Amino acid sequence: MSSIAFFGAIESGLMFGLVALGVYISFRVLEFPDLTVDGSLPLGAAVASTLIVHGWNPYLATLIAMFAGAAAGFVTAWLNVRLKILNLLASILTMIALYSVNLRVMGRPNQALLNTDTIFTSLDGLQLPYYFSSLLVYALVAIGVMLLLNWFLGSQVGLAMRATGANARMARAQGINTDRMILLGMAISNSLVALAGALFAQSQGGADVSMGLGVIVVGLAAVILGEAIMPTRIIWMATIACLLGSILYRLVVAVALNASFIGLQAQDLKLITAVLVAVAMTLPTMRSKFALRKMGGKA
Amino acid sequence: MIAVEDVHVTFNPGTAIETRALQGLDLHIPAGQFVTVIGSNGAGKSTLLGVLSGETIPPKGKIAIDETDVTTWSTPKRAGLVARVFQDPMAGTCEALTIEENMALAAARGHTRGLSRAVAHNLRDMFAERLSSLGLGLDKRLKDRMGLLSGGQRQAITLVMATLNPMKILLLDEHTAALDPKTAAFVMELTDTIVRKGCLTTLMVTHSMRQALDYGDRTVMLHGGKVVLDVSGSDRQGLTVEDLMHMFTKVRGEVIDDDKLILS
Repeated sequence: MSSIAFFGAIESGLMFGLVALGVYISFRVLEFPDLTVDGSLPLGAAVASTLIVHGWNPYLATLIAMFAGAAAGFVTAWLNVRLKILNLLASILTMIALYSVNLRVMGRPNQALLNTDTIFTSLDGLQLPYYFSSLLVYALVAIGVMLLLNWFLGSQVGLAMRATGANARMARAQGINTDRMILLGMAISNSLVALAGALFAQSQGGADVSMGLGVIVVGLAAVILGEAIMPTRIIWMATIACLLGSILYRLVVAVALNASFIGLQAQDLKLITAVLVAVAMTLPTMRSKFALRKMGGKA
Repeated sequence: MIAVEDVHVTFNPGTAIETRALQGLDLHIPAGQFVTVIGSNGAGKSTLLGVLSGETIPPKGKIAIDETDVTTWSTPKRAGLVARVFQDPMAGTCEALTIEENMALAAARGHTRGLSRAVAHNLRDMFAERLSSLGLGLDKRLKDRMGLLSGGQRQAITLVMATLNPMKILLLDEHTAALDPKTAAFVMELTDTIVRKGCLTTLMVTHSMRQALDYGDRTVMLHGGKVVLDVSGSDRQGLTVEDLMHMFTKVRGEVIDDDKLILS
């Protein structure tokens, strides 16, 4: 693998690491299976690139993109806690709705960002190689977000959010408004995914309405892979695992695609991801079944 | 002072499985009283706990805590007034969180939660001190996950958690029913000590007539969603399970046929 392909894999690993942190909040902290991310990633990309094209400051545009993502997550949570729509279905409704919203935001199916100022061009003064400067931005943002998340989840509100996912009835008995926690958590989760989308659009030169397809599966793959390679019982370890799992996933994909003897091509990527996630998700049950059978044989 | 006045609760109204859980229940508990509640399955014990904790909002009737009408208050809203220990040791704690995190959740009951550290140093010292009084060595295990503890240990911690903040009423929902006899006796003694020491207004639901008479100041028997027996003071002194059954038969004109109620 060339060094450019290697750095590229790390870079997209960090970008999807942000998605993984968002997915960690919804799937793991809140136990809320959220597919909104397939819509909130392109939403972040669309909002940021449209604003930048209209001459907005890229940092401000990225911040607004995060608020847009937060709003999307809030809508999903609201459909669930206020209108009592099943969580998974609520997220699918928002995801589908966002497809139209994203087309409206951009006014067309895609929005190019060529020769415009972005967060990444603001590092041009440092004279770094191009593949390294964007890597640096992603690393700073991903690690910064991770540290913020560690701090938040250790706070009183963060602990209340974790209790909401772990045992909602107990949480309510301790005075925690679990509905409010779900609304807040889903907003934070999707704002991180939108941030990933906003950065992705700026480093890749534009937004596309179909760029969100299967993002949830990649994010989930990163979370599961992270849990497989290290213990995740303590919060700061769980968030590191999200980033490491995501980087590892992109590296494995890069290696697989580069190893021409396997015969895999770029278009096989989503199939491989789906198979990987399915295998990783069934491993724990298969393992315990196997262990049970072994014990049964001895008895 | 807790006042439950003419409370009606019907589950699945207008359907084939309609259940009239509470049918005009009245109960007044003066501050500092320890009430034990007994009744067979379907008598309305759980529903009474539900309307007191806010999990069930009664369509008719009134619940007041110290003159404040809380009838329509949600569970989180009245958590500052009501502390609760569940029957299932799993229900009262988060097993994925550590002992100190669970206690920090309870330490914030009735307070506004902010962005400061949930498990602050001064809190940790206070948790260790409270747990050491249990004599179970749990004060050395603050960073262990709750899921690693036995049911008895978890119920003991839940009791301590319930008393970290002031409350107007402590609800105990058959909290020893899921434990083995020896552990159940330990948790029950601990409960009695904590309630007496704090002069806590307490409502304990139990499935055991023995327990209902051995502990507390007053015993209330529910049947068909109403209070059918209410004994306290000298009437309750020396009362046996047989006496209680006899009283029930006299009042209702029917015999208690719930084995669990009599034997346990």
